[in-house]
Amino acid sequence: MLTILLDGIAYGMLLFILAVGLCVTLGLMNFINLAHGAFAMAGGYLTITLMQQAGVPFLLCLPAAFIFAAVLGLLLERTLYRHLYDKTHLDQVLFSIGLVFMAMAMVDYAYGANQQIVNLPDFLTGRINFLGASIGVYRLFVIVICSLLVVGLQLILTQTRFGSRLRAAVDDGRVARGMGIDVTRIFAVTFAVGSGLAGLGGALGTGIISFDPTFPLKYMIYFLIVISVGGTTTITGPFLAAILLGVADVAGKYYVPAVGGFIIYTIMVVVLILRPQGLFSRGPAR
Amino acid sequence: MTDTTMTYQPSPEAVKARAVLLGRSRWGFAEIAFWLLAAACYWLFPTKLSLLSEIAILGLVALSIDLVLGYAGIVTLGQGAFFGIGAYAAGLAAKYGAGVAPWSDPVIGLFIGGGFAALIGFATSFLVLRGSDLTRLMVTLGVALIVDEIVNQTKWLTGGSDGLQGVLPSPVLGIWEFDLFGKTAFVYSMVVLFILFLVARAIVKSPFGLSLQAIKGNPLRTRAIGMPVNGRLVAIYTISSFYAGIAGALAAQTTQFASPDYVAFHRSADALLMLVFGGAGHLYGGLLGSIIFRTMQDVLGNITPQYWQFWLGATLVGLVLFVRGGILGLLANLRNRATRNGGAK
Repeated sequence: MLTILLDGIAYGMLLFILAVGLCVTLGLMNFINLAHGAFAMAGGYLTITLMQQAGVPFLLCLPAAFIFAAVLGLLLERTLYRHLYDKTHLDQVLFSIGLVFMAMAMVDYAYGANQQIVNLPDFLTGRINFLGASIGVYRLFVIVICSLLVVGLQLILTQTRFGSRLRAAVDDGRVARGMGIDVTRIFAVTFAVGSGLAGLGGALGTGIISFDPTFPLKYMIYFLIVISVGGTTTITGPFLAAILLGVADVAGKYYVPAVGGFIIYTIMVVVLILRPQGLFSRGPAR
Repeated sequence: MTDTTMTYQPSPEAVKARAVLLGRSRWGFAEIAFWLLAAACYWLFPTKLSLLSEIAILGLVALSIDLVLGYAGIVTLGQGAFFGIGAYAAGLAAKYGAGVAPWSDPVIGLFIGGGFAALIGFATSFLVLRGSDLTRLMVTLGVALIVDEIVNQTKWLTGGSDGLQGVLPSPVLGIWEFDLFGKTAFVYSMVVLFILFLVARAIVKSPFGLSLQAIKGNPLRTRAIGMPVNGRLVAIYTISSFYAGIAGALAAQTTQFASPDYVAFHRSADALLMLVFGGAGHLYGGLLGSIIFRTMQDVLGNITPQYWQFWLGATLVGLVLFVRGGILGLLANLRNRATRNGGAK
């Protein structure tokens, strides 16, 4: 019971790290980026390559994945994405689906369609007893890392100058611009960091979720659920939503496998109907 | 009697409006040529008939999306749900109704498929009414995912991930047997497509269709001039799901198979892409798009099997960045520019 709960929390935290960049993108620029999962995939595959081909230790792969995905995100933002901010939502959706298709085909070309599995270092395998429940060391590792990241993000958002600028830009981009805040630049940085976090999440995820070229499509829906349930105005909303989703998904698959993803999809639709602005968000959606 | 009709003088505005409405529904030369060419494919490509009927079916799905997206402005990523519902409903009707006189007929099957899809479409249309583009996108996607799960989990009925086997439709109208070369399938799909196209054309050229375009342009103002916006949207969404359901039924009957793949996300995405390729809001966009899409898939798939997705993605990115409005939008732009230049000279 507790094991499932902890597994669910680990999974949920991972989902949060993967999706948080998308929350900010959507909240800040009102941009629907369905290709967010592609950055996570980039991080995951980089980790796999580095570990298997170059023998880089796993812990070094994590920052590498972050930087790789962040640079990739920055490049794409500067060259392609910025042309699409003032286009319609449909165009943004099509554009990002196009990117997803390209990313999937490229990964398929380079790695094949098989699922990739990494061999985790010894100190991260095995199980330990934690509060009377048996939990994988790796799950615990993920929980610790993600908790640190969440606290860090929250501190950056609430305590730093950049954070207050970012919040101002999310709340009302036009006024923020009028106050002399360089929204474009903030957005580029945020986009890069968000992509980097996705990459990091992908790298962390290699131990929990199996990677194959369909990853961006498969997880896109999870990201969207996190955002739709959590809303885009805060960071705690998506966090709670991700934990909920993680626990519900793991528990659902464990207890009632026959129902499968049915529950979470239904929850998503119901939440969208009842509270289109997200379950935990304050104020109406703009 | 004669007196009253004689004294009735329509105002000049009414005459003008009537002329506009009638002029909108006049057939152009290109339209007639398109359908003649489509019919001629039967003799032009006798070895590619099954591919051609597939294109006709894909075109019908794209057309169904055009009705909601191109005319009413509802972004949907879940049209695959209705396609799948139609396919399974018609497939099950053909499978279990085999031999029972009226139920096994493919034409009845079409109505069963379309009817079921329309029913679900009507029920879910109320969900789609609310919210912004993003909400709509995710609600339609969510509905498709739920349908996908249902198909996968109700193994006793749908065959689960193995697909629905043993779909053996009777001859069309009891006369034309489905043959190995896909001749019947092609003619059947083409005729259904043409009839449904005519209906769609009548719908969008009617005052009802005009009101949809008004809603797309500005829902708030349309509501302000007394148009029942929600009712209109529910109606067109239901019609659109009926269309997608019929397309699914056609697919199940002509391939004698239905699989969860019909409901999968990439179905909905592909159909949307076809429409965007061709250009939304022209009715022909989806048809042209499906031709290009399927041909591209065939040609590129032969060169680099399974990697054609890359070129699909690249085309899509390029399309969004450089060519807004798809092929038909591009043509319309060129024509506008040409006439403007001509007028200036």
